[in-house]
Amino acid sequence: MQFNALTAHELHDRLAKKEISSVEITEAVFKRIDEVEEKVRSLVTQTRDKALQKAAEVDMKIARGEKIGPLEGIPVLIKDNMCTEGILTTCSSKMLHNFVPPYNATVVEKLKQAGAVIIGKANMDEFAMGSSTENSRFFATRNPWDKERVPGGSSGGSAAAVAADETIYSLGSDTGGSIRQPASFCGVVGLKPTYGAVSRYGLIAYASSLDQIGPFAKDVRDCTRVFGTIAGHDPKDSTSAEFAVPDYTSFLTGDVKGLRVGIPREYFVEGTDSGVKELINNAIKKFEELGAICEETSLPHTEYALPVYYIIAPAEASSNLARYDGVKYGYRDESAEDMVTMYMRTRSEGFGTEVKRRIMLGTYALSSGYYDAYYLKALKVRTLIKQDFDRAFENFDILISPTAPTPAFKFGEKSDDPMQMYLSDVFTISVNLAGIPGLTIPCGFVDGLPVGLQLMGRPFGEGTLFRAAYAFEQNTEFHLSRPKL
Amino acid sequence: MAIQYEIVIGLEVHSELKTASKIFCCSSTEFGGDPNTHICPVCLGLPGVLPVTNKKVVEFGIKAGLALNCTIAEFSKFDRKNYYYPDLPKNYQISQYDLPIAEHGYLDITVDGQQKRIGITRVHMEEDAGKLVHEGETMATSRYSLVDYNRTGVPLVEIVSEPEISSPEEARLYLEKMKAILQYTDVSDCKMEEGSLRCDANISVRPVGQKEFGTRTELKNMNSFRALQKALEYEAERQIEVLEDGGRVIQETRTWDEARGITLSMRSKEEAHDYRYFPDPDLVPMVISQQWIEEIRQTLPELPDARKERYVTDYALPVYDAEVITGSKELSDYFDEGLKHTANAKALSNWVMGELLKYINTSGLSVAGVDFPIPPANLAELVELIDRGDISGKIAKDVFADMQEKGERPSVIIEARGLKQISDEGAIAAVVNEVIAKNPQSVEDFRNGKDKAIGFLVGQVMKATKGQANPGVVNQLLRDKMK
Amino acid sequence: MLTKEQVEHVALLGRLELSDAEKETYATQLSDILEYFEALNKIDTENIPPTAHVLPIKNVFREDKVSEHLDNEMALANAPAKEGNSFKVPRII
Repeated sequence: MQFNALTAHELHDRLAKKEISSVEITEAVFKRIDEVEEKVRSLVTQTRDKALQKAAEVDMKIARGEKIGPLEGIPVLIKDNMCTEGILTTCSSKMLHNFVPPYNATVVEKLKQAGAVIIGKANMDEFAMGSSTENSRFFATRNPWDKERVPGGSSGGSAAAVAADETIYSLGSDTGGSIRQPASFCGVVGLKPTYGAVSRYGLIAYASSLDQIGPFAKDVRDCTRVFGTIAGHDPKDSTSAEFAVPDYTSFLTGDVKGLRVGIPREYFVEGTDSGVKELINNAIKKFEELGAICEETSLPHTEYALPVYYIIAPAEASSNLARYDGVKYGYRDESAEDMVTMYMRTRSEGFGTEVKRRIMLGTYALSSGYYDAYYLKALKVRTLIKQDFDRAFENFDILISPTAPTPAFKFGEKSDDPMQMYLSDVFTISVNLAGIPGLTIPCGFVDGLPVGLQLMGRPFGEGTLFRAAYAFEQNTEFHLSRPKL
Repeated sequence: MAIQYEIVIGLEVHSELKTASKIFCCSSTEFGGDPNTHICPVCLGLPGVLPVTNKKVVEFGIKAGLALNCTIAEFSKFDRKNYYYPDLPKNYQISQYDLPIAEHGYLDITVDGQQKRIGITRVHMEEDAGKLVHEGETMATSRYSLVDYNRTGVPLVEIVSEPEISSPEEARLYLEKMKAILQYTDVSDCKMEEGSLRCDANISVRPVGQKEFGTRTELKNMNSFRALQKALEYEAERQIEVLEDGGRVIQETRTWDEARGITLSMRSKEEAHDYRYFPDPDLVPMVISQQWIEEIRQTLPELPDARKERYVTDYALPVYDAEVITGSKELSDYFDEGLKHTANAKALSNWVMGELLKYINTSGLSVAGVDFPIPPANLAELVELIDRGDISGKIAKDVFADMQEKGERPSVIIEARGLKQISDEGAIAAVVNEVIAKNPQSVEDFRNGKDKAIGFLVGQVMKATKGQANPGVVNQLLRDKMK
Repeated sequence: MLTKEQVEHVALLGRLELSDAEKETYATQLSDILEYFEALNKIDTENIPPTAHVLPIKNVFREDKVSEHLDNEMALANAPAKEGNSFKVPRII
């Protein structure tokens, strides 16, 4: 039995029945890492000793006959932009290559309290800027389904590791699609929660008004358990919402009869791979078969989402990333003799091309004389995009679309053309701008590459997304396929 | 004919608010401490941290706004002011840009006996920066600097005046009044020596009658009221000289060099400032209800102008006295406390304005300090003792000196030193007889109608009794006996 | 099209030292992206309020309490250069 290939809920049941131990699971995970990591390259840091120590503690607890929680003793991989006390946290950047935080992100704290076994930190596009994980300053992560192809990004390491069974589940962050697009490319479940549902405290900011942390999992049930663990109000995050976190597993009924499903026509335009379109149409049929009511709808401002995003996100980033200056932590250029030169060289050497491009873009958009034309304009159009969704949700419980216009692309295919790379997020960006939840689940394969179906819901409507996704999953077998490595 | 110039000044006052914790995190605001010991991940700007607003800062912002007669914003927010400087850990300062907590207020100053109203443009909240210590003599010659982030994130209000201040003296009066108001409202300690009250000035000059403002310069580094006035006097003269010589004033920031008494240009290779303000996405807006504003208004104490009015109306103090005393909250509180123990406000005021201020200035003590040796009740008792005729004014000064030394009540000192005034006729009569016997010439003069001669005789009696005899009784006895 | 001077100005504002080649690349790429942003001008947003926050959250405050200090050693642990209790930086000007 390959324990590392099981889901968290399967493993939990076996742990609770004392059929296996947490140490066995953790060892299985690290054995798998030893076998396939060279091919996948999803981890930037492994915390083997700490993980095994934690697993042993959980086993002691089980041995004492104490009850364990759903994630207790189960291995997890964390994207390297979430602060972990005493564990290197780099954002896959030279700028933070040596940064060891003295504190834990709230999600890390919550996982620790839930008894999770943290196995390491996942590779990513530098500072979460990118859609392929090619922007990692350390190395590129490969798609486990095709090693010539990217795993998506920016949470590419988190997605690939779950697909490759190097971990049971993982955490990623999503600013414009950084969980959903790699989940789609790697054939796993990925959730971008409602803005404010999960604390951002300790998440190294890219674009504060868009960033959210969410889970990658092997199935919908695991996704509900992880989300239920990390969600909730945090007094350390002023933008975190006060809401009652329900038992999300209660939504896993398998029943979607009467569910009103909207299909926004703007998400089926040219440029989308025909194979992808076909799979989405199949999914729509499946929902109809299951008793859902599927109808076309419109989100008329969709075409503006990309420019709005590429104004707001870089603008916020240009300010969020100003603190990396070689004074308090991280990389410093030692050749400079005065402050301004030190700043400029440190940042030029510490940041990679895409990060610098976005800092330039965001700085320009906020600079004197351009604020109204770019930043303010973008915030106003953001209102229109949000209103589109508000209106759609008056008639529909969820909206569905492709998660990405294509399956995983090849290395280097888009890395020289920023606009082409940006377009791979065209279906995921609106969800961040509107602050609503977006869930992606596997819905088939095009030429052996996985394709994701995106489900979008009302703010704090994750339960409804889980309900729909679980019904689909129970009636399909896409989530059971595994890449051969 | 020479051109007459007028001066236009606007002030930006920064005042640290008296909270226990910083504006966006739980670190202590305590002054001093070893470098980098009052910091946490948030104020150190570590990756991933988020700010959460200290409610008291907002309350203090509203309170300061109300005390300065401002309109309080119904909707307010924090913005990021982006610029790079090593004392700013995030390389942006959380401040307020277009929606400050309070706007459109004023404060009144008295210039040459005339009241003048100076407009307050805005009051906004922001975080303080850290402290740089430069190795070597000056910033320019040092090889490196050390950064201490203890002050980073200490809450500030910035109060911006309208350009309605017309002289360096007015500027000083404005700042003195501002300090008094902020101290009265108890939102700030306003210790200029600890940097908890700071002031920058914008100054320009223009020929009288010209409508457009002249080019202004911004002055920094004035660490006392006196320095503010001196710096502005120097800078106004400098600008006038530049114009008189046919030159142009350059818009720039200048620093006050206290030792040399001049302002110096602070030109650097910095680019022109472009702060790229935008709403801080990590902080949510503030909606301030009328109810909240009213609750805070209820906590406003009597402000200096109202207190001054009370002193003049209720106690008939001269306006000047009332102004001096209310200029300092500590002094005014001291005076009010003293008034509980004596009805002679004018006499108490004289003592406060005279001997007490002199003592404060020479000793450097604060009247509010626990170690201050003369509690207000003691000074009031001194006034009462004089009024009752127990001691003369002259003896009282002696007693006051002892009160500083011993911290005792004046009645105790008088008792111990036997200084009580002698009013008993029998006791004084013997001395009077003696003085009359010893000074026949003066007695003769008096009897011949030279009334002035009695002054000399009274003096002799006072000298013989070491000033303790009641001068009125002495005078009467002398007249009776020389009839 | 962004000029070289504009690129240099923005780079200075963002404290990035760029090579001549980088300046050229960024000038072209940023210009393309900015041109793409022109699409937004098609929409009239005159009476549309801006959305800085998607959730209607307001008035989030904490009480004025002191806690959670970093000790000096921890605070300086990641510092590239330090002296005594302080962070050390090159001369300011």
